[in-house]
Amino acid sequence: MADALAPLRHWEVAIWILVVAALTFGNHLSPAFLTADNLGNLAANLSEIALMALTSTMVIIAGEIDLSIASALGMCSCLLGLLWSYGVPMPLCVLAAVAAGALAGAGNGLLVTWLGLPSLAVTIGTLALDRGLAFALLGDSAVADFPTFYTNLGFGAVPGTTIPNPMVLFAVLAVLTIVVLHATPFGRALYAIGANPVAARFSGLPVARYKFLLFVLSGAMSGLAAIVYTFRFSSARGDNALGFELPVIAAVLLGGVSIFGGKGSVIGVIAAIFLVGVLQNALALVDVSNDILTVVTGLALIASVLGPNLAARAESRLHRYRRAAGAGEEQPQRENGR
Amino acid sequence: MSVTLEMRRGGFLTAVARAREVGLFAVLAALVLATTMIDPRFLGAQGIKDILEDVTVTALLCIGETIVLLMRQVDLSVSSVLGITAYATGTIFAVHPGAPIALVMLVGAAIGAALGALNAALVAFGGVPSLVATLGTLYVFRGAEFAWVKGGQINATSLPKDFLALATSGIGPVPYVALIVLALIALAGYGLRHYPGGREYYAVGSNEEAARLAGIDVPRRLTLGFLSCGAFAGLAGVLFTARFGTVDATAGTGMELHVIAACVVGGVAITGGVGSVEGAAIGALLLAVISNALVSLRVPVFWEQTIEGALLLVAISLDLVISRRTLALMRSDRAHG
Repeated sequence: MADALAPLRHWEVAIWILVVAALTFGNHLSPAFLTADNLGNLAANLSEIALMALTSTMVIIAGEIDLSIASALGMCSCLLGLLWSYGVPMPLCVLAAVAAGALAGAGNGLLVTWLGLPSLAVTIGTLALDRGLAFALLGDSAVADFPTFYTNLGFGAVPGTTIPNPMVLFAVLAVLTIVVLHATPFGRALYAIGANPVAARFSGLPVARYKFLLFVLSGAMSGLAAIVYTFRFSSARGDNALGFELPVIAAVLLGGVSIFGGKGSVIGVIAAIFLVGVLQNALALVDVSNDILTVVTGLALIASVLGPNLAARAESRLHRYRRAAGAGEEQPQRENGR
Repeated sequence: MSVTLEMRRGGFLTAVARAREVGLFAVLAALVLATTMIDPRFLGAQGIKDILEDVTVTALLCIGETIVLLMRQVDLSVSSVLGITAYATGTIFAVHPGAPIALVMLVGAAIGAALGALNAALVAFGGVPSLVATLGTLYVFRGAEFAWVKGGQINATSLPKDFLALATSGIGPVPYVALIVLALIALAGYGLRHYPGGREYYAVGSNEEAARLAGIDVPRRLTLGFLSCGAFAGLAGVLFTARFGTVDATAGTGMELHVIAACVVGGVAITGGVGSVEGAAIGALLLAVISNALVSLRVPVFWEQTIEGALLLVAISLDLVISRRTLALMRSDRAHG
């Protein structure tokens, strides 16, 4: 078992080393990089993707996927704006946004657990559906006249520092996710479910209920991210966070979570989010266009799976070679992939 | 006895699959009829031409995506492949205005196949799950295109008139590009149905282990599947340029999920082994008809996505009900037959 997790641990260590390397690289590129202002700015831009990556990590570890997160964000943002423009008190608007997200998630969860439909297909459907609803709520218009108190919450920083407020929210939720995922029966059950749902069910785990709960959480997180996004940009629009789903999934996978479920950790995902963010920011400071970063992100994503696979293959070949030289026994092959 | 049972079962399954396509066609016909009653111009020459122009590129992408989905894999990079060949087409014509159109199409398909080969290598030989591999190449291809194109743009004025005519003129209201795609759908559909190689895609997607044990060379099938998907996406890029005339580095961005949605609406199962190219094409046609019908009916265009999403959910739910009922019937067949 310890051996099976070895490449994964390596990847998590490797990606944190990469983050440090990227920070050093950034410092080399520009003296403006390692300043409190710039790092705060860097972190603020990651807010929504980082938040949604937390729940997506759990969903993917449990062997499912939610592609509707960004569309749900758009829908919740529009609902927030619409209710506010109707004069609903802001605390209620905020609550409604999270509730709407949770409701959208519950819809996904029902289709996946109750009907037994594949989550990839279901959430491609709700990706279109939720985005459509977002535009249906606000049309082509935008709501922008949010009270300064709230926009300051989204845009501002912790007093006396440059740590953006949303990052405090993220830190709290990240710690919570780590605890839940790694230290509670629910979290451990998610790994078991992702590794083998049938075995998990036969061991008495409430697979359907847990998966349903995961989709609700994922939706609620989109609602929360919608609030952050809306206040940060002081704008509720139908196209808010358009196309954010793939960067989130990419960050989760880059962080070492297996797309087949059962493997991965929040620590690795957080590293992946910051790795992408740091590179993006550092390259932007020296006017290197985003294209290179896009290529690097894609390559890193592929390497995160290909690397351990090739290593495992080389290792097993070496084993076999040694065995052949010795006892001549068959060595079972282990691979991370299909 | 057992032979007749097999035949009955096989016949039944085919009938169900056919019923799925017939059902889809019925929805399509009803929608067209209803819209035409409200707006007679919908089924006029211009209306048909608009729909067909809209659907060709998506339908072409659907052919390749279907082949990949049949194997229980997915290709998210098609939109980025399309982007690259769309711009490459413009560049070729800018440098060689007299280049033969058929040759440019072949070049587009070849570039696409080369990019597909990268996906194939990662999936079939690197053991990278296709969702991860093609999400990676989606970024790599698009990033590479941005780096190549920078802020550049292809304009219709730099394209040969004959090339643009592929999309704007045709036989009656049917543009030439639609005829090309239709021929390819028929060809791919026939191949998947009647050639051993085509059946192997279904076998790999139904049960990869069983397929391997039955002597099917799975890596070879995966390779050919991703290669063809890339080639179709490459050709789609060429037709994209013919259709729109104006192309920049963002061409086709975000189309990947729309293409998968069209396939799924058309009855291709995301869990592999079920579906057809024709079904996927009808799915794409249905989505295009809906989007055009909304314009005709003066419904705000943003409802399109809501309907597309809802339709997809209804389609997969119905598929599930049908397949469960089929299974139950087969069981009772076995018990009483």
